Amino acid sequence: MDNIRNFSIIAHIDHGKSTLADRLIQFTGVVEDRNFQDQILDNMDIERERGITIKSQVVSLPYRAKNGRSYTLNLIDTPGHVDFTYEVSRSLASCEGVLLLIDAAQGVQAQTLANLYLAMEHDLAIIPVINKIDLPSADVERVLEQIDSELGLDTDTHLKCSAKAGIGIEEILEAIVERIPPPKGDPAAPLAALIFDAKYDSFRGTVIHCRIFDGTVKAGDIIRLVYNNATHRVEEVGHFLLQRQKLDSLSAGDVGYIIAGVKTVSDVRTGDTITLENRPCPKPLPGFKEVKPVVFASIYPIASDDYTDLADSLDKFKLNDASFVYEKDSSAALGQGFRCGFLGLLHLDIVQERLEREYDLSIILSVPSVRYRFTLKDGTILFVDNPAHYPDPMSIIKSEEPYIRAAMMLPERYLGAVMKLCMDKRGVNSTLNYPSPGRAELIYEVPLAEVIFDFYDRFKSVTQGYGSFDYDLIDYRESSLALLDILVNGEKVDALSQIVHRERARSRGLQACERLKEEIPRQMFKIAIQGVIGGEIISRTTISAFRKDVIAKCYGGDISRKRKLLEKQKKGKKRMKMIGNVSIPQSAFLAVLKSDTE
Amino acid sequence: MNGCRPGHPTRRSQETDDLPGLYIHIPFCLRKCAYCGFYSITDHSLIPAFLSALRREMDHYQGWAASFDTLYIGGGTPSVLHEGDLEALIADIRIAFTITADAEITVEVNPADITDSLLASLRRSGVNRLSIGIQSFDDGSLALLGRRHTALQAISAVRRVRDAGFENIGLDLIYGLPCSCGHDAASCPQEQHDVATYPSWLSTLDKAIGMNPDHISCYQLTLEEGTPLAQKCSRGEVILPEESVLADFFCNTSKFLEENGYGHYEVSNFAHPGRESRHNRKYWNHIPYLGLGPAAHSFSGRERRWNRSSVEAYISDLESGREPVESRETLSDEQLGLEALFLGFRTRRGICLETFRSRYGQDLLAEKRETVERLTREGLVEIRDGFLRPTRAGMAVADSLALI
Repeated sequence: MDNIRNFSIIAHIDHGKSTLADRLIQFTGVVEDRNFQDQILDNMDIERERGITIKSQVVSLPYRAKNGRSYTLNLIDTPGHVDFTYEVSRSLASCEGVLLLIDAAQGVQAQTLANLYLAMEHDLAIIPVINKIDLPSADVERVLEQIDSELGLDTDTHLKCSAKAGIGIEEILEAIVERIPPPKGDPAAPLAALIFDAKYDSFRGTVIHCRIFDGTVKAGDIIRLVYNNATHRVEEVGHFLLQRQKLDSLSAGDVGYIIAGVKTVSDVRTGDTITLENRPCPKPLPGFKEVKPVVFASIYPIASDDYTDLADSLDKFKLNDASFVYEKDSSAALGQGFRCGFLGLLHLDIVQERLEREYDLSIILSVPSVRYRFTLKDGTILFVDNPAHYPDPMSIIKSEEPYIRAAMMLPERYLGAVMKLCMDKRGVNSTLNYPSPGRAELIYEVPLAEVIFDFYDRFKSVTQGYGSFDYDLIDYRESSLALLDILVNGEKVDALSQIVHRERARSRGLQACERLKEEIPRQMFKIAIQGVIGGEIISRTTISAFRKDVIAKCYGGDISRKRKLLEKQKKGKKRMKMIGNVSIPQSAFLAVLKSDTE
Repeated sequence: MNGCRPGHPTRRSQETDDLPGLYIHIPFCLRKCAYCGFYSITDHSLIPAFLSALRREMDHYQGWAASFDTLYIGGGTPSVLHEGDLEALIADIRIAFTITADAEITVEVNPADITDSLLASLRRSGVNRLSIGIQSFDDGSLALLGRRHTALQAISAVRRVRDAGFENIGLDLIYGLPCSCGHDAASCPQEQHDVATYPSWLSTLDKAIGMNPDHISCYQLTLEEGTPLAQKCSRGEVILPEESVLADFFCNTSKFLEENGYGHYEVSNFAHPGRESRHNRKYWNHIPYLGLGPAAHSFSGRERRWNRSSVEAYISDLESGREPVESRETLSDEQLGLEALFLGFRTRRGICLETFRSRYGQDLLAEKRETVERLTREGLVEIRDGFLRPTRAGMAVADSLALI
């Protein structure tokens, strides 16, 4: 156990996390140079393109230190978005230390701080690493000052590197060995392993990623998942050298995987504890929380023939994403589809993009909603996450919506703008603290419905990227609600309906009409868009018809050029949903929620 | 080039009495117009080599079709060739191909090039239709377009053409020009420009019908990337009219010309009854045509192909015995169907529902009933005598109609 180090790299976006991981992997020779690819841990296209990590990854780096001893350094790469905060916290719970990476030119940023707090919560050893020191704009002195004043860390502990140029990599590896404590635990004690992720393998079923805190596990053992008491026979254990590498056993301190015939990733829960059936640990590892979806939306195929394909794809997709839930749904305007639950809007965005990309589907998502609670006259309590199921207003005696506690960390100078934003979003009961000079911690209670939509983007924008934001669901609170329907040329488009706060209904109605006007391309005839509440038209806008579109001439018999142009348009049109005679683009359904502050 | 001759017409056209058409592209101009994106060069030293290459190409495609009932010599500016060269070229065309006795033979001419001797030479060659690139009768607009003739020259050119005995003449005009007030976007609001360009166009139209041509083409100016005019626009030095104004131009032009006896038979084309361009109609009606010369397009009923556009490449290909083809494509039924729709909706005649059904297996009325009904109510299409026809307003949105 003395020869194991479990660590993670935490950083603000673009401070070079993936590049440093690449260098550590190369330096320790896990992958031959000729097989190397940048951002090697981000193996989904979508991760490489967006420069974000969605799934966590583990790689065990074999390292012979200067002291002559050989070590296994387990690098646990974590996702980096508020939608996935819980996954991050479980990954960090599996580590003893972190590299806190800071860009030498940009200095300490919002996520630097937010991540530092997360690491401190887990009592981890922290090694500040200043990256990109070879940039002409690098200002190491300034960063050192920030490490001292803003992070409150000892500047003597810092390291300097350029991950891109491969400078300072060995020093980092030495520091991991020397300064991150080896894991503790008793290999002879009853098994206690923390699940921090799970992936689906089409040949082997679910591959559980875990950190062993106590005990030992090997093929043939019968394990029990504490959360659902399910038992499974272990088929294989091992660790990760980019690919899985089978081992005889995993024991206290190890980070690795267990394959045990678990059919889907939904059968395991991140944060759950694995123990042995015949010799259970006395109590589960702390911190388990069942992650529940908070945002709901329906997915429909653009072409109704694709329904079966969509169903198959969702089945497959679900195998690998435990936090994604769905059930059958149907819409008068959009036909057969599925109602789905997501962790947040980024999660929704990613699911949509992966379905389109990996399963080649063209889909429409309805306007996302949170889950509301209604008490009806007959005493029934009804949870509604789909505006189509909004109860008869006459039967409602109480309507409630979920509230969250939003914790925001930001430089003091943005306080005014953020407070205004929070009030805009119906935030209440604020508290303000100054954890360090110049830096404010602001806490508000805000309706979740206000937060899931464009709060995060607007928060990032008013704090110029320096603010960090995290939230917890707290409770349901009474609220005056109404159902806002949208009519397109007189026809109700149920997928555009939303449940809104009554006081905001009129402005939301106007906003929805305006957004739709921007998103729906002009067509051959006039399109009327109306916002309706309880039969009353509260907003209206018109998209005028275009009257001339035939321009490119077919001169000299060149028909091909024109045809290719139309083929392209036709393809674009296939990605729109025909409702009545109106083609509505995919983007319109999400756009209705966006406000026009930018 | 031996035996293999790909791309011969494989199918007779929908109007079985229509023979294929022959197009010859002359890629030379005295100078480039400010708006023109078509391929042409101003270096005339290549003319002799081009003409001999063209003859090789003609030889290669001998037998492509039994006969042609239209010949169209376009450009570029065919009238920049010496009249002797043009006369010899037409004679050689007649040697290589069978041009029927009643064929429509058109040559594009620039008003600045028209001389009595050129006209006499064209008459001798059997040319029976001239397409005259007038563009505008407003000197300000002509200057903006970079044309090398004036309004006065244009008027006198048309008179000479008539005097020379040409009974079938067409005038080409351009509308939707930037306002020629000379003010930029900053100093002159859009509406003012829009209002200002309208009288100039009306006056051009008025002058045009005053000359009683048989055919009038009214093309909407399109900005072609990289042309001097497009650059001026992107710098904000000149301002193009808005879409709604262009739609008004389109509809008012159509009304005006129809009131004066010109049928609006295609988006950009108007003619006295019986004077519709037989050659251009082949493009819209999926009738095969053979195009020779750089950048020329050919269609054989299933295959489209087009030539290298560089004159040098065209010449060197032919000199070394290669077909000067840049690219070719074989159309699927679906592609042919889409073409039939967008080409059909460009013409007032519209789409023959029965022909469309038998050829592309789609019953438009049954499958698109709701949309067609809606479009009928909106006044964009009508169904008459088995044809789905665009109305005047419908022709203006022909591209969208094609995507119903």
